[in-house]
This record gives sequence, structure tokens and C-alpha cells, in this order.
Amino acid sequence: MAVKSYNAGVKEYRQTYWEPEYKVQDTDILACFKITPQAGVSREEIAAAVAAESSTGTWTTVWTDLLTDLDHYKGRAYRIEDVPGDDTCFYAFVAYPIDLFEEGSVVNVFTSLVGNVFGFKALRALRLEDVRFPIAYVKTCGGPPQGIQMERDILNKYGRPLLGCTIKPKLGLSAKNYGRAVYECLRGGLDLTKDDENINSQPFMRWRARFDFVQEATLKAERETGERKGHYLNVTAPTPEEMYKRAEYAKEIGAPIIMHDYLTGGFCANTGLANWCRDNGMLLHIHRAMHAVIDRNPHHGIHFRVLAKALRLSGGDHLHSGTVVGKLEGDRAPTLGFVDLMRDSFIKEDRARGIFFDQDWGSMPGVFPVASGGIHVWHMPALVNIFGDDACLQFGGGTLGHPWGNAAGAAANRVALEACVEARNSGRELEKEGKDILTKAAASSPELKIAMETWKEIKFEFDTVDKLDVAHK
Amino acid sequence: MSEMQDYKSRVSDPASRKFETFSYLPQMTTEQIRKQIEYIVKKGWNPGLEHTEPEHLMDNYWYMWKLPMFGETNVDVVLQEAEACRKANPNNHIRLLAYDNYKQSQGTNMVIFRGKTV
Repeated sequence: MAVKSYNAGVKEYRQTYWEPEYKVQDTDILACFKITPQAGVSREEIAAAVAAESSTGTWTTVWTDLLTDLDHYKGRAYRIEDVPGDDTCFYAFVAYPIDLFEEGSVVNVFTSLVGNVFGFKALRALRLEDVRFPIAYVKTCGGPPQGIQMERDILNKYGRPLLGCTIKPKLGLSAKNYGRAVYECLRGGLDLTKDDENINSQPFMRWRARFDFVQEATLKAERETGERKGHYLNVTAPTPEEMYKRAEYAKEIGAPIIMHDYLTGGFCANTGLANWCRDNGMLLHIHRAMHAVIDRNPHHGIHFRVLAKALRLSGGDHLHSGTVVGKLEGDRAPTLGFVDLMRDSFIKEDRARGIFFDQDWGSMPGVFPVASGGIHVWHMPALVNIFGDDACLQFGGGTLGHPWGNAAGAAANRVALEACVEARNSGRELEKEGKDILTKAAASSPELKIAMETWKEIKFEFDTVDKLDVAHK
Repeated sequence: MSEMQDYKSRVSDPASRKFETFSYLPQMTTEQIRKQIEYIVKKGWNPGLEHTEPEHLMDNYWYMWKLPMFGETNVDVVLQEAEACRKANPNNHIRLLAYDNYKQSQGTNMVIFRGKTV
């Protein structure tokens, strides 16, 4: 029976939490950490410490360890790898038994995986690179309220990316003037417009007045164009009660889609709101304010691919994912990697795209990646090529900055988008022939012609800070 | 820079109505429609045709022209059906759609003949 006895004191983590011979279970949650250790600590010991501190362990042996079966509950470091091109750190792979976590709780998983362990003194830095969620766990989560296919059916948009725009200036407009900006965008040919993330319910524009004016704008644009339209009404609020109140009102006035900031609002609020959307037939757009604080440093924090997986489990129909070509950070290969993690049902391990594990989502619906920030008509060929149809392309300044106004800006973007999709379907190479495709389309669209003259071929070409780990040449 | 233009779209003008994918481009030529059908066939989708009176444009359900052409890979056959549909319904919008039975949705959907809007 009892084979273990209690010996007080500190013992090496590796004795309990380093198991290189461990055979990974199909039900385990797997994590890949990039560890930058303090000098003089062995890789195995520090990897074991990370496994311990993110699961059952604490710094000293406690007698109550013997009241449970630690082998059933402990996380195990089972593999160590060099980081290509960086000798200051290494990858450690940790397997966590599924019973460590509450079902359907992204909150609980992250409280363990990225909890106290990130402040652990033996580490100089720690980054969670990827997490494999077993299908057994995926099945306990609600996921996107509607998903890509349902959203297409609800909005009647097929065979092309969705087209949107964030209303600017982001702060300071009155509700009625704001509704005007929305109306102009939608009548000009956008499918969707968006509240800026900062817009909640400030003194200059309270949420209820904004919802009313925006909904009138949406309905009129629908009558005028004969197309389905929507505006993401941001229900991010100081408290869950207030958030649900706003969501209920959005539904009451017939808005098809609401919006939430899942990192500042938190996983608990987000999961609850996603469940509410599923129950109420609403679409949910997700913004990611604060993500760069967490995901930009290549040695510390959480990679965005993990945050994207967390959102897919917690629930959201759209998620901002970077543009690759615009003003915000994002290398092409890793962006395509996490875009696939958001949309596809099975994604294979592919280190060239920063994917460390096979990920099986089973029947969980996909999330539309949203490309937004610093993009305009000249980027359209590249965007259509990079993202394909299942994406939402959002041109803020690229719509509102048109010299003839929002409607003309919207029309310019819509013509450019459709010209690119039509050309792609006809077998043309978008990024090579982009200029020719746009120029030809502009011949029948004065709005596009002016847009092309206004922005010319502007590019944002700063070096990416967070690159994939690749060996030095 | 050329002079600022008004955006000519009116609730009162049926010609202002659009109909989703490709409706902001000029009406496609037969050659262009052929290319889109080739794309649908190459994707392994099932082509189909639907039509509606322009005033009922916003309905989800348009009239189905016969049944979707399951397994049809001959572009000419699809084009002939589209022409037949147009001949029988000259005033209606006619859309070409592609059923993707794996995604259980439509891979694409585009109006290829524009009906009478006035």
C-alpha cells in the first residue's frame, strides 16, 4: 500500500517533474514554453520547475502531497529542445493531465499555465509558445457563437472576404454624427462597420444613443443597397451586468452583431458573452486590445497563437489577427499559422509557421480573422492572396480618408475587393498582376481611381520585432 | 485631382440596389462568366442557379432553377442552363451559386444576369 514516506525539506524538481520517457496521452494538454534561465541552473531542473509551478508543485515538500496521487495530477516536462538561432533560451515541453482543469474554462487553464510560474525567480524570462488542447477538452468549450459558415448564411456573403471599417475619429463624435459616418460607409458598399475598441460609453457618446443612431443607419443602408449590413456594437463594459444590459438592448433593436474586447474584458466575461450570443442568435466580433503587451516580446509572455486558440475556445466569431501588410506587427508565415488555427478544423504541426503541435478542433466552428490597421486599396491584392475568402478586411483610414468621403471610399474598396476576387477566380496571380487588375477596375469606378491616386503604393516596412525562431544563416 | 463627385445612390431608385458578390463590378461578359464556372468546377463544388424578381432581392430564398447540377463539370452545360433560365425569366436577377457540401455552405454566389431594375 503506502510506499511513500514524508521527508520535509526542498528536493530537486527534476526528481518529480522531469520525465523524458513519459508517453504523452491523447487527453493531455500540452504546452511548449520558451525558457530563458538564470545562469547556472540545468535545463532539466528549470523545465521541471516550470512543470511543477504550473501544476501541482510548490517550492517545498508538504505532507499533504501524500494524501493524493500526484502521478495522476502533476504536469511533466517531457522534452527539451534548442531554440534555433538563440542560445540564451530553450524550449521545454510540458504535459498536463486533463483532470487538472475545470471543463470549459479557459480561465482555469490559463490561471495554471501562465500563473505564478511567470514570476518564478529561477527564470530570467518565460514565454508560452503554443498549447495543444486535446479534443476531449475542446468538446467541453462552447466556442464561436455562430462560426464562419453560419455568419455567411446570416449575412448572405459568399465567395469573398467580408469588408469592413472602423469608424474614426475613435473618440469624440456625438452619437448622431457617428451614425452618419456609419451610414455613409455602409451605403457605399461595406458589409460591416465597427466601433473602435475605446468606444464604450463615454460622456461624449453614451452607448444607448449610439446604438439607436447606428441601427437606423444600418437599416437605411440595407434598404438602399438591398444587401445585409451590420455594425459591431461594442458592449465591452465596466461590469458583466452592464455588458449584458447593452447586449440585450442591441438584440432588442435588431442589431446582428456585437463586439467585445476579450483581454481587457477578461476570459470570464468573454465566455459568458459568447454563450449569451449563442443563445440569442447574435454574432460576436472580438477585439484584442492589450495583446501586444502580452505577445510581442519574443522571450517573455504568451504568443498570439495561444491567445487566438484561447479565444476560439472561449468564443468569438471574428478576431483581429494582424494584416501582414499594414501598420501593425506581423510576419507572414506565423500570421498564416495562427490564421489557420482560427479557421481550420485540423492543423498539423508546422515549425516553419510556428505551430508546435497538431491541433484538432473537431466540430468546433471557425473564427473569421480580421485584418485591420493601416491598409488601403493598394494592399487589396496581397490581402486577398494572403487571407483568402474567410477573412474580414477592415479599412479604416482607407475608407474614411477618401477625398470624396466615406461612401466613395467604401465603394472604392468594394470594387477593388471584387476585382481581386474575380481575377483570382479567373486564375490570375494577384500579387504579381495587382496593379493591372486594380487599374482596369478603376476604369469603371471613379471612386477607386481617386483612391489609387490618393494613397499610391504606400508601404509600412519596419522590421518585425517578434520573428519566428530560425537558425542563423 | 478631379472634382469631387456626389455618391449617386438613392432609396427611391431601384437601380441603386446591389446584390452581393461582384455587384460593384460591371455586368460580366460570357467569357468572364465562363471563367467563374471553371473556378467552381475546379473547386469541386456543385453549381446551381437561382432567380428572383428584383423587388424580392433581399429574400434568402430565390426560385431554384431546376435542381443544383450535382457533379456537373462541363462548363458549357452550366452556361446553357444559365441561358435557358434567363430566357424563361428575362426580367429577373439570376445568380450562379456553388454548393460546398463539405463546408455545408455555399462556396460562392454571384449574380451573373441582372434583371430589370426600373
